[in-house]
Amino acid sequence: MIASMGSNINENPKENQTQEMAKKCRSHILKMTSKANSGHPGGSLSAIDILVCLYATRLRVDPKNPEWEDRDRFVMSKGHASPGMYAALREMDFITDEDMDNFRQMGGICQGHVDSKWTPGVDFSAGSLGMGLSFGIGCALAGKMEKSNRTVFVLIGDGEIQEGQVWEAAMSASNFNLGNLKVFLDNNGIQNDDFCDNQMLMGDISKKWEAFGWEVKKIDGHCHSEIMDSISWLDSVKDKPAIVIAKTVKGKGVSFMENNPAFHGAAANKEQLKQALEEING
Amino acid sequence: MNLAAPRDGYGNALLRLAENQKVVVLEADLGKSTKSCWFRKEHPERTFCVGISEQNMVLVAAGFASSGYIPFASTFAIFSERAFEQMRNGVCRPELNVHLCGSHGGMHTGEDGSSAQSVEDLAIFRSLPNITVIHPADDISAEELTVQLAFHENPSYMRTTRNKIPRLYEGKKDQIKIGKGIVHRDGNDAVIFACGIMVSRSIEAAEILEKEGIKTTVIDMHTLKPLDEQLVIEKAKLCGCAVTVEDHSVIGGLAGAVSECLGKEFPIPIENVGVKDKYGQSGKPEELMSLMGLTVDKIVESTKKSISRRN
Repeated sequence: MIASMGSNINENPKENQTQEMAKKCRSHILKMTSKANSGHPGGSLSAIDILVCLYATRLRVDPKNPEWEDRDRFVMSKGHASPGMYAALREMDFITDEDMDNFRQMGGICQGHVDSKWTPGVDFSAGSLGMGLSFGIGCALAGKMEKSNRTVFVLIGDGEIQEGQVWEAAMSASNFNLGNLKVFLDNNGIQNDDFCDNQMLMGDISKKWEAFGWEVKKIDGHCHSEIMDSISWLDSVKDKPAIVIAKTVKGKGVSFMENNPAFHGAAANKEQLKQALEEING
Repeated sequence: MNLAAPRDGYGNALLRLAENQKVVVLEADLGKSTKSCWFRKEHPERTFCVGISEQNMVLVAAGFASSGYIPFASTFAIFSERAFEQMRNGVCRPELNVHLCGSHGGMHTGEDGSSAQSVEDLAIFRSLPNITVIHPADDISAEELTVQLAFHENPSYMRTTRNKIPRLYEGKKDQIKIGKGIVHRDGNDAVIFACGIMVSRSIEAAEILEKEGIKTTVIDMHTLKPLDEQLVIEKAKLCGCAVTVEDHSVIGGLAGAVSECLGKEFPIPIENVGVKDKYGQSGKPEELMSLMGLTVDKIVESTKKSISRRN
């Protein structure tokens, strides 16, 4: 796995390995949120395939040394999808099952929204949408000044891009020619209250980013081979920022959660959890 | 008395800090006004202008800080307020050492009018855990305190001022330390706690009071947070009544800090000279200071009132 630095950093596990990891992560997400009886399963399930492919095949990070100075940075800007990130961090051995059990519990290291002060492997304290991309720019500029090979990956949501600060950052990233800044946009089409387009017409998201000077690629955010190809594509873009618009399904993998705004910020009850786990694990 | 602008102190401090390669400077278009432009001229490779995007600037600075750099970001005091939540969630909560400077604060900003006259900045930033809040009284202390911030283990907000005001610390740099109030006059009839541009006016007021036989202690409380509580309590016990003086709202700034401390530790009568819960308008700085009651006369009057309440 990538977590261990060294010769196998760039070795791509077979897709069935990432699929297996994604399945485990989906279970973690469902169990964590159900146990806490709160949290955000929908946006975690939409982002989890991206998270798994990034952690399992690309991010140069080390669970034994989470503060490794020259690690790649991962900025989880849509911090409410913390169960997704914790699930990936669990599979990468940054945190334990017990940590996940204490998700959203007082004293537990898995805070409601990802928090760098609490959880090893978390680079950015999120929870307020629209801030992560700017933070990533600071990390990327610092990396350039250090002449470091580190890459900064940022995951943002589609509802999140309604925040004005995202576009301040989008303009800055191309202004600074940040080829070491790579973004995934989890385009699940749903935000807290409703479908995104009912809250704010989103228009052509790709064209907006292109207009801000970014290289843009659209993919199916649940197809692992497409995600891994898009990671290679991101790495191939030099001297300007690049974004992958990943079309995803909110609640992906659980029939009654899929495309259902009700599961943005609500956990499955006991019975629903049983059904959800059956669907995930077959 | 020599006059100089506190914002120049900020600009000079950045130049003094430049030898530290970890120091980076961020601007949101107003470098010419905040005086970070002097650093930009000498060190363009370490100066980052993000355009007119203060919220973005604060988080870019946070990214730098998390990567081991010492970012100094500046804009007008009023626009720093726009990035308040960014300072809360993106800087102070994760304890990243971002140093935000807001220049052109207070009524003294003058002609630009009420939209530019930040009189809430010290109050809002002071409410954040982990932050240090500073408002220097002249250019020399602004420079010295900015230099000290580079070695300070906390994020910070500093308000500087645009206009030239009396220099108080010529040849007295050694007195200036983050978190330590500076005693200007010793008297036991009343203690005047002041910050920023109002320190020199408080000294002037003290001189007038002395002629009337009233002896006051004047303290430059340049660091509003953490407050030099030991000094506040000591002087409160000595004098038994106090006045707070600031070019800022009487809500939540120096008045708030001193009252919170003494209300708990040693309750005494406290009068507040400051902006009384209202907005300004365009005008010459001195006209506005008079309109808002930020004058030497008002300090004299408030001191007498404070003494009469004690008696």
